[in-house]
Amino acid sequence: MVYHPRPSWWLPEREATPEPLYLNRRAIVGSLALAAAVPAVAATGVDRLAKLAHRRTREAGEPPTPLADVAGYNNFYEFGLDKADPARRAGSLRPSPWTVAIGGLVKKPLILDVDRFIARAPWEERVYRFRCVEGWSMVIPWVGVPFSSLIQAVEPLGHARYVAFRTLGDPEQMPGLRSPVLDWPYREGLRIDEAMHDLTLLAAGLYGRRLPNQNGAPLRLVVPWKYGFKSIKSIVSIDFVATQPPTSWNVASPREYGFYSNVNPEVDHPRWSQARERRIGEFRRRPTLLFNGYPEVAGLYAGMDLRRFF
Amino acid sequence: MRLAIPSLLKPAAHAVMAIPLVLLAWGWGELLFWNPASRALSAEPVAYTHNALGLAALRALLLSLACTPVRRLTGWGRVMTLRRLLGLWAFAYAALHLAFYLWAELDLNVAELAAEVAKRPFILAGLMAFLALVPLALTSTAGAIRRLGARRWQALHRLAYLAGGAAVVHFILRVKGFQWEPWVYLAILVALLLLRLTSRGSASRARGRPSGARATG
Repeated sequence: MVYHPRPSWWLPEREATPEPLYLNRRAIVGSLALAAAVPAVAATGVDRLAKLAHRRTREAGEPPTPLADVAGYNNFYEFGLDKADPARRAGSLRPSPWTVAIGGLVKKPLILDVDRFIARAPWEERVYRFRCVEGWSMVIPWVGVPFSSLIQAVEPLGHARYVAFRTLGDPEQMPGLRSPVLDWPYREGLRIDEAMHDLTLLAAGLYGRRLPNQNGAPLRLVVPWKYGFKSIKSIVSIDFVATQPPTSWNVASPREYGFYSNVNPEVDHPRWSQARERRIGEFRRRPTLLFNGYPEVAGLYAGMDLRRFF
Repeated sequence: MRLAIPSLLKPAAHAVMAIPLVLLAWGWGELLFWNPASRALSAEPVAYTHNALGLAALRALLLSLACTPVRRLTGWGRVMTLRRLLGLWAFAYAALHLAFYLWAELDLNVAELAAEVAKRPFILAGLMAFLALVPLALTSTAGAIRRLGARRWQALHRLAYLAGGAAVVHFILRVKGFQWEPWVYLAILVALLLLRLTSRGSASRARGRPSGARATG
């Protein structure tokens, strides 16, 4: 008989926050304000974020990008279109309390209480390269757990072939939702084998502390071999589905942003070349590497035409 | 008897037009020499500089195109002394924007420019905008007006609207997703063009003499 021990952060359905309260975060925060164990997270003051105990399991072989840039140069259109907007305006995001609804075609759907998860999960620090589709890149020491551990806990059914993710879409917390640049809320997706790959990280922190709001607090994905917009931020739901789910940038511009969006110097964006990138902090551009320099994922795409499935 | 007080209008206009350039120069000075950790030009100073130069060029061009409508609407004749100044600043910023692109993105590889123009419509639009400004810069002097004659000069300088249109298209095609900012510039350009076209019919000034070389009132 196969025995799957429950992870320490697993939370039974009956302990989940009732949906009306879940949706009315202000009431929750207000009532818990005095008892809150987790301090409110401001967009600035990244050094006041709670530390996450971790062990380093992966190096990048290059110096990491300074924290001021990682937390100060962001694309998070829910808080504005300028690169400096998320750091300036993400103070309105309330990353605690927060739950993630994990369900769909799974045997054991669950509601993840993020604070409990953060307190108990076996965090790893992984230094990954991060490559934006716009042509700039960083090296970031993320703190996360392999997303595969979550997949194993929920036990997807046989016909679950894809994983669909959704970001928070609350106009009260996110002033940028007024802009129609994308169809809100932000959605992303992975093929289930991509989600199962050891590189795919469910991240709760960077530089040893909890995620700043502008980096997608409290929980985000990091898929280092794909363009950065696939690494969805501030996740509220994860669904296992049978068919390829819609993803926000693909819906907005299907010719420019494919479902896979693997980093590939030989497949140009229609409006600019992807052959080179500018590492933040450097002036000259450097060559872009296939799969952002993570050849271990090549097996996922054996036999696939990467130009057609871009 | 009246004292001839030199006008501060043109020096003030030059100073305002120079602000983006001064800020960029300061930011690069910091980065390269006295404060390498400065983020005055954001974490990605190359992209920041690019955008700043392009926006400065577009704004200067639109301001230049606004001079005649402003005079017609307000009767403030002195604004016409700014038209050439603003147009030349637009050309200067456009030239800097193109030069910076050639240096920072293409490593001064002109063959790559040809390839990029062929592949990317927005680069073609940008280059068209710059090329449309070149004859305008070359014929911006009073001597050129004399040589060309008022009517031909006036006709040539309508290229400014083409430059503005190409620049706005360049901007619209450049941004990711639907963003309102470039469309605002398009709206301003269209409004300026409409103001010129509609007031032409009702203008009482039948002479149509270009007034870039001389202040009127």
